[in-house]
Amino acid sequence: MQQFWVFVRKEFYHIFRDKKSLLIIFALPIAQMLIFGFALTNEIKNTQIGILDNANDEASLNLIAQLDASKYFEISNTFTNPDEIDAAFKADKIKLAIVIPPNFKSELAHNNSARIQLLADATDPNTATTLEVYASAVIRDYQNTINNNFKLPYSISTEIRMLYNPQLKGAYLFVPGVMGMILLLISAMMTSISIVREKELNTMEIILASPLKPMILILSKAVPYMVISLINVSTILLISVTLLDLPINGSIWLVFGVCFLFITTALSLGLMISNITDSQQTAMFISLMGLMLPTLILSGFMFPIENMPVPMQVLSNIVPTKWFFIIIKDVMIKGLGFSSVWREILILAGMTAFFLIISWKKFKMRLA
Amino acid sequence: MRILLVILRKEFQQIMRNPSILRIIFMMPAVQLLILPLAADYEVKNVNLTVVDQDHSTYSQLLLNKLSASDYFIIQDVADNYDAAMVDIEKDVSDIILTIPPHFERDLIREDEAKLSLAVNAVNGAKGNIGASYAANIINEYNQEIRKTWFTMPEFNPVPIIDITYSNWYNDGMSYTLFMVPGILVILLTLVGSFLSALNIVHEKEVGTIEQINVSPIKKYQFILGKLIPFWLIGFVVLTIGLLIARFVYGIIPAGNMGLIYLFAAVFLFALLGIGLLVSTIAESQQQAMFISFFFMMIFILMGGLYTSIDSMPQWAQVITWFNPVKYFIEVMRMIVMKDSSLADISHNLLVIGIMAVIFNTWAVLLYRKRV
Amino acid sequence: MADKVIITENLTKKFGDFTAVDGISFHVNKGEIFGFLGANGAGKTTAMKMLIGIWEPTSGKAEVAGYDIYRDMENIKKSIGYMSQRFSLYEDIPVIENIRFFGGIYGLSRAEIKEKSAALLHKLNLTGESKTLVSALPLGWKQKLAFSLAIIHQPKIVFLDEPTGGVDPITRRKFWELIYDAANEGVTVFVTTHYMDEAEYCDRISIMVDGRIAALDTPAALKKQFNADNIDQIFTHLARGAKRTAD
Repeated sequence: MQQFWVFVRKEFYHIFRDKKSLLIIFALPIAQMLIFGFALTNEIKNTQIGILDNANDEASLNLIAQLDASKYFEISNTFTNPDEIDAAFKADKIKLAIVIPPNFKSELAHNNSARIQLLADATDPNTATTLEVYASAVIRDYQNTINNNFKLPYSISTEIRMLYNPQLKGAYLFVPGVMGMILLLISAMMTSISIVREKELNTMEIILASPLKPMILILSKAVPYMVISLINVSTILLISVTLLDLPINGSIWLVFGVCFLFITTALSLGLMISNITDSQQTAMFISLMGLMLPTLILSGFMFPIENMPVPMQVLSNIVPTKWFFIIIKDVMIKGLGFSSVWREILILAGMTAFFLIISWKKFKMRLA
Repeated sequence: MRILLVILRKEFQQIMRNPSILRIIFMMPAVQLLILPLAADYEVKNVNLTVVDQDHSTYSQLLLNKLSASDYFIIQDVADNYDAAMVDIEKDVSDIILTIPPHFERDLIREDEAKLSLAVNAVNGAKGNIGASYAANIINEYNQEIRKTWFTMPEFNPVPIIDITYSNWYNDGMSYTLFMVPGILVILLTLVGSFLSALNIVHEKEVGTIEQINVSPIKKYQFILGKLIPFWLIGFVVLTIGLLIARFVYGIIPAGNMGLIYLFAAVFLFALLGIGLLVSTIAESQQQAMFISFFFMMIFILMGGLYTSIDSMPQWAQVITWFNPVKYFIEVMRMIVMKDSSLADISHNLLVIGIMAVIFNTWAVLLYRKRV
Repeated sequence: MADKVIITENLTKKFGDFTAVDGISFHVNKGEIFGFLGANGAGKTTAMKMLIGIWEPTSGKAEVAGYDIYRDMENIKKSIGYMSQRFSLYEDIPVIENIRFFGGIYGLSRAEIKEKSAALLHKLNLTGESKTLVSALPLGWKQKLAFSLAIIHQPKIVFLDEPTGGVDPITRRKFWELIYDAANEGVTVFVTTHYMDEAEYCDRISIMVDGRIAALDTPAALKKQFNADNIDQIFTHLARGAKRTAD
C-alpha cells in the first residue's frame, strides 16, 4: 500500500513538471466549451443576401425594408441585372438572392398574384433550406400586412414547441461530446504514453524486477490521470451550468458515476494500447487514429449516426464513446434516471471488463 | 544551394524509412475521405414521427397520409396520448410528436380554424429546427389543398398571394458530400502540415541530433528550409491523393480551375508549416508538440466554417476566424470546386494566407537559435 | 612557438545564480591531444559547449582556430568537428547516408565524399556495412563512425564530449587509436572524459573542480607535482575538496 502511494506521488511529480502539457490538458476542455458554447451555432442571423429589384415600386421597397429589418438577413448587395447574381455567389458575397418581378405592386393589386424567386447558394444544403424557410416567412408576413391580416378561411395554425432545448442551442449536443473526447485524451492516451515511456526509458524493467506487484504500478499510473479527468469533468460541467446556461436536468451523481465508469473504460483502453507498443510516438498515433478519430466520427456527437450507411451504424456500436454519449445526453439533457439508462451502462461496463481482461492477459504473457 | 540539397536528401531518406509517417501520408487521406463524408451527412431526412391522433377523422387521416408520403418523415408510432408519445422521444424512437386534437375536422370546417401542435426533440438544435420547418411546410401545403377543395382561389379570394419559387444553385442534388469533401480535404492538409513538421523537429531535439546541426556550419535558413520543403511536397502528394479520391469515389470534378487549388494549397501549406515550426521551437518533447499542435488545430478546424457557418457566429468569434488559416482555405475550396470562382474571387483570401505564411515563418526563424 | 588553436581568458558561464564555469583561462596548442577532465557537474561540458557555440558565455574572452567566439562563430564552425555524448549520428538511415550528409554539410564535393567514404569504411572495417542502418551497429562501431565523421572535413580542432561511454576497455583503447591517428595528421583533439586512465593518453590535461581549473599540465608533470602514481589519485585529492557533486 505504501509502495502504491510512492508511485502515485512520482507520477504526479512527472505530470506537474511538464507544465506545457499540463496547461493544455486543462485549457483544452475550457477552450472547447467556450467555442461550442458561444461561437458555434446553427442559428441563422445576419446572413448576407442580395436583392434584384426589377420593380422599384412602393410594394417592392416595403418588402425590402421588411427583409432588411429581419434579424436573419443583412442586405449586402443590390443588383441591377441577373448576371451580377452569379458573380456575387461566386465571390462568396451572398448566400441568397431574392428576385422581385417588374410591376410588383400593380401585379399584386390587379392580378392578386405575383411571383418572387428565391435563389439559394446550395453549397451548404441545410443553410440554403433554412434561409429559404426564413425568407419565405418574412415574405408571408409581408403578404399578411398588405392583406391587412385578412384571415383566410380554413386556417390551420401550428404551435411548435421545442423540447429540452427551447433556444435551439447547439451546445446541448456538444457538452457530452467534449466530455467524452477529453476523457479519452487524458485517461487513454496520456496513460498509455506514460506507461510506454517507462518502457522506452527502460525503467520498466527495473520495476518489474523488483518485488513490486505490476498491478500496483499500473494502478499508480491510472490514479493521477483519473484525478485530472475528474477535475476536467467538473470544469466542463461548471462552465456548462454557469456560463452556458445548460442545466443538468438529471441526477448529478449519476452523471459523475457514469463519467467515472467511462474513465475506467478509457484507462483500460490506454492499458491495451500500452501493451501493443514500445514507442511513445506509436502509442500517440494509435491513440489518435484508433481512438479519437473513430470517437469523433462514430460516436454520434459530431455527426448523426442515423444518417450513416448501415455498416457504419453497426460499427458505431463498438465505440464505447457512443454509449457514454447516449447515457450522458439522456441523463443531463432529458433528465432521465438510472432506470432508463441501465442497459447502456451495462454495455459500457461490459466493454470495460473485456478490455481489462485482455490487457491483463497480455501483460501477464509478457512477464512470463 | 548544395548544402540544402544534402540536407533534403537526408530528410527524405529518414522519411522514407519511417513507417508511421508513410502510413499517415497514404492512409490518412484514404480513411478521412472515404469514411468521414459518409459519416458527415447533416441532411435532415428520416425524421421519425409519433402521432397522437385524437380526432380519428378523414381529415386527420389525410394529413397523416401526406406526411408519410413525404420523403422526410417516417411515422414510427401512433400513440393514444401525449405522455405515451413522450416515451418515444425519451427513447429516441421519435423526433417529433404531432398532436391532432379532438374535433380537429369539425373545428376546421365549422369554426374556420383549427390547431395542431408539434413537440420537437430539440436536443439536436439544427435537426429539430429543420424537422419542424419541414413539418410546418407540409402542414401549410395540406392547408392550401383543403382550401382549394372548398373554393377556387382567384374568384373567391380577393386577397393577393405571393407565389414563392425556390431555386438551388451549384448543388443540384443538394448533396452534402459535395459540400463536405472539399472541406475535409482542407482538414487533411491542415493536419499533415502542422503535426508532421512540428513532430519531426522536436524528434530531432529529443534524440539529440539537433545539437550536431547547431555546431555545424549549416545556416538557420538552410536547416529550416530543409525541414519545410519535404513536408511541403508531402502536402502536395496528400492533396493529389485526396483530389483523386474525390474524383473517382465521389465523382466530384471541380467546377473551377484545379491550378488555383494547387496555387492556394502551396501558400496555405507554407503558412501551416510555419505554425508547425513555431510549435517546435516551444515544445520540449514530442508529447508537448503533439498537444500544442492538437490544441490549435482543433480550434482552427472547429471554427473553420465546416461544421457551422461562420456567419452565424457572434462578432467576437468572427474576428477570431480572421486569424484562422483553415477558414480561408475551406472557403476557397468550396468556391473553386462548387462555384468555379476565379483567381480574382479568391485573391483576397490568397493575400491573407500569404501574409500569414510570411509572418509565421519569419517569426519561427527569428525564434530559432543555434546558440542559447 | 606552437600555434595556439584555443585561447580562453576568464571565460565564465552563469545560469541565473549558479556559476557553472568560473573564469577559466587556458590555451591549447596545435596538434595537441588536450584532455579536459573533471567530475560530473564540474563544468567541463559547459565550458566545451561555449567553445563550440552552443552556449553563449556570460563573460570572458575566447578564440578558437584564430576566430573570436562572439563575432566569428560561423567561421569557427567551419573549422571544427564535434562528437557529442549521444554520438549525433542519424540512427534511422544507413551508414553511407550519414557519410554523405556530414561530408556534404561541411562542403566536400561528391568526388571527395566518394573517396573518403571508401577509405573511412575500410579503416573501420565497415566496408560491407555501408547500407546498414546505424541503429543496427554495435556501440563501439557507432562511436568510431561518429568520430570519423566528426573529422571527415579535416577540421583544425575536433571536440569530443565523453566519447567512450559504455564500452569495454579494449574498445576504448581502439577508439583512442583513432584519436592518435587524427592527431598525427595535425588535428588538435579536445576531449572531455571522466575516465582517468584516458588522461594518460593525452599530451596535456586540465582538471576542473567546481567550475574552475584546479590543475593543468602534462600528466607526467602533474604526477610529480602532486606526488601521485596516477591521475586518479590526483583527481580524488582535488575532488575531495569539491562542493559540487551532482550533474
